[in-house]
Amino acid sequence: MTGIRWTAAAALLLLAILWGAGCATLEEATKIGASVAQSQGVVTGDQATSLTKVAKAVSKTFEEITPEQEYYIGRSVGAVLVNKYKPNPNGPANDYLNLLGQTLAQASDRPETFGGYHFLVLESPEINAFAAPGGLIFVSRGMLRCCKSEDAVAAVLAHEIAHVQLRHGLQAIDKSRMTEALTTLGAEGAKSLGGQKLADLTKVFEGSINDVTATLVNNGYSRSFEREADASAVTILTRVGYDPAALVAMLTEMEKNLKPGGLDFAKTHPSPRSRIDDIERLHAVGKAPAEIPARQARFRKALGNI
Amino acid sequence: MSVQVKQGQVRATPSFLGKVTTTLAYGDRVETLEEKDGWIRIVPPGGKAPGWIHSSALTEKRVVLKAGKKEADVAASTGELALAGKGFNSEVEAAFKAKNKDIDFTWIDRMQDMNVPPGRILAFVQEGNLIPAQGGDR
Repeated sequence: MTGIRWTAAAALLLLAILWGAGCATLEEATKIGASVAQSQGVVTGDQATSLTKVAKAVSKTFEEITPEQEYYIGRSVGAVLVNKYKPNPNGPANDYLNLLGQTLAQASDRPETFGGYHFLVLESPEINAFAAPGGLIFVSRGMLRCCKSEDAVAAVLAHEIAHVQLRHGLQAIDKSRMTEALTTLGAEGAKSLGGQKLADLTKVFEGSINDVTATLVNNGYSRSFEREADASAVTILTRVGYDPAALVAMLTEMEKNLKPGGLDFAKTHPSPRSRIDDIERLHAVGKAPAEIPARQARFRKALGNI
Repeated sequence: MSVQVKQGQVRATPSFLGKVTTTLAYGDRVETLEEKDGWIRIVPPGGKAPGWIHSSALTEKRVVLKAGKKEADVAASTGELALAGKGFNSEVEAAFKAKNKDIDFTWIDRMQDMNVPPGRILAFVQEGNLIPAQGGDR
């Protein structure tokens, strides 16, 4: 057998051992796996050490994606979304969204990301909103039309900011891809990669972008991620002085407008009703939001014709 | 601690409304003095006056801007270092763009330039009868 085959056999053995192990014990299991493999003569001492190293890095998975790498993932995810749903170049609407969104982001538990929070209206009439990792947030015209007040737009943006804060997008990346990235990079220094390594890493990058966009566009997050994002949105809204009841009001409006079996929010999110039930369980939300004239005036001016 | 964002802003008070006194670069090392509600009072490099920065802009890890093999080994085995530019970086993005020519980044670059000056946020908050944001606690 060649050296490569030996390594492959060791990796398989390792995988078999890892299969039954939870995250917390991954590192430990790898050590055992590597030493079992070594004692059976499958790998050399050096190979065992490097396998242990890689697995140690892998066991931390998405938490180890630096904000800088998250920024690059987010840029490409955003580019794919803009390509699919088309940008709406309305200056005043985008300006208003950024003003409101950045005000909200500053009140989140993660106000600083590598490249900051930025917001864009999408041309699409479908009811949709997306958060790319790192803070690029997109809201469709269809979604904005469901919002009857500034507080309701704030609720939509706060929910998306929460997905960024909680790094939900990064968790959509298949864990084996990160393993692959780490294996490709090994214990190399940074900066310029050689041709083949760059090609390999770009493949992993493309796969990661696909994982995130497929989750955002087709599959949706788990109900528990949506529940977490709604809970954090309520916190953000309350901190800034918006009425968190606007989140419920917006979901109620959405419920009226969503077509069952539609390709938009209806497909990727739990039903508005079940989200309202979850939010009401937080006991942080009162009834019907009050209308504040100054907010309503600027909301109408910026988004009245969207 | 090290700055883990593109540009870190140091303020006179622990609030986003505080006057920006110094701007820090990615990877800058700072000395910490105290912590308050998610904000950290730090001493910037180069003997500048201390100020406040939100904790989400900092990492416990040492950010290494130009890592060699030695730092890479330490990063892989201890996790105490973060290697800037390692992994998904501008080089990988360029390779991705070359492979996916139909995907246009123009609006992403435009978005990245959509920044709102602090003065406008304050005016927006006041006009809308809102509460000035302090930044949450991690």
